[in-house]
Amino acid sequence: MIPISHYLILSAVMFTIGCAGVLTRRNAIIIFMCIELMLNSVNLTFVAFSAYLGDSAGQIIVFFVMAVAAAEAAVGLAIVLALFRNKKSVDINDVNILKW
Amino acid sequence: MQQLLQDTLATAPLGVTILLSLVVILLHSFVKNSERAQAMVSVAGLAIAAAAAFWTFPMRGTAFSGMVMTGGYASAMSVLFIAGAALTILLARDYLGKIGADFGEFHILVLLAVTGMMAFASGLDLIVTFIGLEVMSVCLYVLAGMTRGRLEANEASLKYFLLGAFATGFFLYGIALIYGAAGTTNLAAIAQSASARAQDPLFLAGCGLLLVGFAFKVGAVPFHMWVPDVYEGAPSVVTGFMSTAAKASAFAAFMLVFIAKFDIAHGRISLALAMLSVASMVLGNVVAISQTSIKRMLAYSSIAHAGYMLIGLAAGTPAAISGVLFYLLSYLFTNIGAFGVVSIIENEKQENVSIESFAGLGTRRPLLGALMSLFLFSLVGLPPLSGFFGKYYIFYAAIAEGYTWLTIVGVLTSMISIYYYLRVVVVMYFRSDTDATAVPVTTLGTASLLLSAAGVLVFGFFPRLITDIADTLF
Repeated sequence: MIPISHYLILSAVMFTIGCAGVLTRRNAIIIFMCIELMLNSVNLTFVAFSAYLGDSAGQIIVFFVMAVAAAEAAVGLAIVLALFRNKKSVDINDVNILKW
Repeated sequence: MQQLLQDTLATAPLGVTILLSLVVILLHSFVKNSERAQAMVSVAGLAIAAAAAFWTFPMRGTAFSGMVMTGGYASAMSVLFIAGAALTILLARDYLGKIGADFGEFHILVLLAVTGMMAFASGLDLIVTFIGLEVMSVCLYVLAGMTRGRLEANEASLKYFLLGAFATGFFLYGIALIYGAAGTTNLAAIAQSASARAQDPLFLAGCGLLLVGFAFKVGAVPFHMWVPDVYEGAPSVVTGFMSTAAKASAFAAFMLVFIAKFDIAHGRISLALAMLSVASMVLGNVVAISQTSIKRMLAYSSIAHAGYMLIGLAAGTPAAISGVLFYLLSYLFTNIGAFGVVSIIENEKQENVSIESFAGLGTRRPLLGALMSLFLFSLVGLPPLSGFFGKYYIFYAAIAEGYTWLTIVGVLTSMISIYYYLRVVVVMYFRSDTDATAVPVTTLGTASLLLSAAGVLVFGFFPRLITDIADTLF
């Protein structure tokens, strides 16, 4: 039996990697992948707690999160695609016309 | 079965709006060139939803095994979102045609965003809160980038999406940690046992992460980076909708989770809210001074207004909650009106949004000039307009709670705001017309502006209309 702390540490590390990726990477698609990594590390936390607490609610939440992440992926990729059509680039350093 | 029927009736505003969005989707799919009909159906359906909200107002309680709140607070907030959506749809008719983006999807997305807002603001279970938030946000990401041939709109929606999804990650991690610590996601159950977990690091970390998620959604400093860019790049009517209804629903959910009846943190985040509030008021008002684009100026002013409302959240008393509710309602009418005037002034290429392009508007189009001045005066908070009473109730409640210093910062920063709001009025009335482009007349748009102005005036002259209701929310 693997203790719950292992799962929590793993998901915290995954969340941090995702977070660091969002802040340091410049490609919109990779940033988006890092956000997905963050969401999935949260899913791992939910499942670990669900098994630990013997409560099925946590696993049901994961289904909702997956559905939401899929909807977000559809919209997010469409936005990146619309940008690429106009700009021929998905580098967020090139996306800088709005500033003060 | 009986219970299910009862619960469905008690959540009628939500049900009516969902059905309405389905009707509009069908209308859009099966009837060609029905954009105008869709707008009219949407507005009529929203009127029914508002009637349903008034009807369910006395049914205070919970529905669906304690998952959502019904009546009182939930109904009042639903009316607010419905009003915002209806005014936006009316304003958008001529505007969307003008900028060549008359898509029927606009109405569907606005209606679905309203259902998300209602779920967000009435969720008594963190998972309902989360799903409501996401339904609202996903619709708004699309709306912000609706004019997809325009680079500014692409940029706005990309920034909104990436930062919004990033904040969603924090929000969700907060929920996960709270679930782990409390063993449930139900607000009432968490609140009941919260005092036993006062020192539980897991629970406190969860609350902190949730707080970050909410602060991002209301656009409070230091989580405000997206606000100016998104508000500037999105089509003006969408900006009006985002800055009012979406902000209102974020505040409503924020209050439900952290302040109101089922406060899961037991007032421990009060000081953190006060800090967010000071930072938002100072940065929003000071940076707004140097803006040349009116949309960007209103975006920074919106950050500042989030700061004023956070004063009410920091105070956290029932009086403060009804003050924030009044403020949200007043801000809804005022800001939709202000962005509405901007949308009428804009040309087909969505240019003409610098403050200078308002030169001579007071003589060119006296009605538009007068309405814009009214909205700006209400944003400043001059009596007897509704913006004044919003600030008054919040400051009053904050002083009663001992937050005098916070109120002083609030008053001082509102004095700064007089400068940049009145500068627009000065440009409109005392600067000669440099740009002779004719501003088109729009009947529906003007009707929507007049309704907003009526809201600003009526709730300014008769604030008791709202405060009497706001005192009986729970």
